[in-house]
Amino acid sequence: MLRQIEGSRAVAETVALCRPEVVCAYPISPQTHIIEAVGVMVKAGELAPCEFINVESEFAAMSVAIGASATGARAYTATSSQGLLFMMEAVHNAAGLGLPIVMTLANRAIGAPINIWNDHSDAMAVRDAGWIQLFAESNQEAADLHVQAFRLAEELSVPVMVCMDGFILTHAVEGVDILDQSFVDSFLPPYEPRQVLDTNDPVSIGAMVGPEAFEEVKYLAHLRQLDALVRIPAIAKEFADATGRDSGGLVRSYRTEDADILIVALGSVLGTIKDAVDIRREAGERVGVVGITSFRPFPAEAVREALCQARQVVVVEKAFSIGFGGVLSTDVAMAMQGVETNLRTVVAGLGGRSITRRSLEELIETAGRDELETLTFLDLDHGAVERERARMGETRRSGPSAENLLRDRGTAATAPVKEQA
Amino acid sequence: MVTAAEILSVAAFDEGRRAQAFPSFGSERTGAPVVSFCRIDDREIRTREPVMEPDAVIIQDVTLIHQVDLFSGLSKDGYVLVNTSRAFDELGFGDFFDKFRPERLMTCPATEFALEHVGRPLPNAALLGGFAALTGQITMEAIDKAVRERFAGLVGERNVAAAAAAFSYVTSKEEELTRASTN
Repeated sequence: MLRQIEGSRAVAETVALCRPEVVCAYPISPQTHIIEAVGVMVKAGELAPCEFINVESEFAAMSVAIGASATGARAYTATSSQGLLFMMEAVHNAAGLGLPIVMTLANRAIGAPINIWNDHSDAMAVRDAGWIQLFAESNQEAADLHVQAFRLAEELSVPVMVCMDGFILTHAVEGVDILDQSFVDSFLPPYEPRQVLDTNDPVSIGAMVGPEAFEEVKYLAHLRQLDALVRIPAIAKEFADATGRDSGGLVRSYRTEDADILIVALGSVLGTIKDAVDIRREAGERVGVVGITSFRPFPAEAVREALCQARQVVVVEKAFSIGFGGVLSTDVAMAMQGVETNLRTVVAGLGGRSITRRSLEELIETAGRDELETLTFLDLDHGAVERERARMGETRRSGPSAENLLRDRGTAATAPVKEQA
Repeated sequence: MVTAAEILSVAAFDEGRRAQAFPSFGSERTGAPVVSFCRIDDREIRTREPVMEPDAVIIQDVTLIHQVDLFSGLSKDGYVLVNTSRAFDELGFGDFFDKFRPERLMTCPATEFALEHVGRPLPNAALLGGFAALTGQITMEAIDKAVRERFAGLVGERNVAAAAAAFSYVTSKEEELTRASTN
């Protein structure tokens, strides 16, 4: 039923429809609303049988999810940012052991400086952990992806992370069509584990593997992700046939026909980009958008196919590899090997900075004039950066840059650092 | 304020329109300025940027009007609704609103309506009633229904009463303005 609800609520209700048997989580913004809502449903007995386990940390949350999944239970958790980093070792273990846990990642910047707002640095920090990572463009897609995520995870014995932009999606109230229980039950069969800790048929899970077989185990994990490149679109198609909704899949193109410039992005910023593209199209610019839903596995072939006709490819990403540049751009560049194109990276929206339609329109105009640099930081205040560089040049004890920049912006209430000789 | 934007979006949704409500995040501690946004449209709302050019600004706390840049992006045809018992021209804006349409600049003692009907200084519902009367973008019936969806029982009842009082107040002030301009 179509309802006007908060994104977190829509995800929580959809997760409940997936009948998880163990939910464990530790609160962290902006994920908290999701797990609170699931917790209330478990306590009210609306979600039975299901055990909600309060844990003492994110590391414990993922460890409990691993234990639950290994006993054959459908396990779910959610986190953000530093929470994800704190569970990092267990995140790798979940994938390495092939346990089909589903986790919502409410994307948030990683500190320092501490920042609770949205960007993709948390998701990028775990891109090599072996999880499937799907990015939602809207709250409707975030909700729908969870049903597809459980199906995919359990079919392939691979954990799946559904990434949704923190605050921008999790705290936005908009129309979301929540699925019926009967549909979810038919779409998502009961979990049939490939490996299970069963006292009647004992096995051990988590063997130490030396050089004799380690590479093969890891290669098998790679093959399962390659299998996912086939299963993700197939599951999305089955979902679309039943619901009429184009949620999930590998990549989605918008107004790419005859496009000179194609913009590539992940997540909710795609909506704002589409609005900017419509306006630039009206002005006669041949520009389109390619949204990547499946970041891991990376659909290199589909990306190449979607982008190969463009003269210029502009990757707009909410994270970057300090000391180098784009993260998503690097993957796109690998996918475009052998194709003649100009690839540009635009880092935008870090730490929750608004990505405005106007800035995107200007970006498209600049790209249209072939004046976009290889690496651009959208709406960066170069003056503020230069002033801090000057302070650092003037005196050795220039103090912490974060505090200095806040003072420069006039938002810090603290007194300036005393001039040091 | 966050709740007000959410209720407004639900009311618009109930009337068959598309709506998106979201808070400006992070500063939600007691005493800090809080901004919340609501978009209403007949088409799918795809953008995720904050509202940069509002058609209407509702100010819940009148003490903020000279501290925070509240009216950036507001067009001359925009609506302004301020929660205060004072008149709009007593708020010290100088000539800032000279080129705006006077019938779209309105004050409403929403906190007083809330104290009277709800018993607590929570002016959200009353401001939405005032907004409905001022802009005609949403009906009082839809506000009524959305407020009751959010607050069950007596609390809903009382908030609806506050909203209705503000709706009548703003409606009659609008009528006064129309009479004054035709005379």
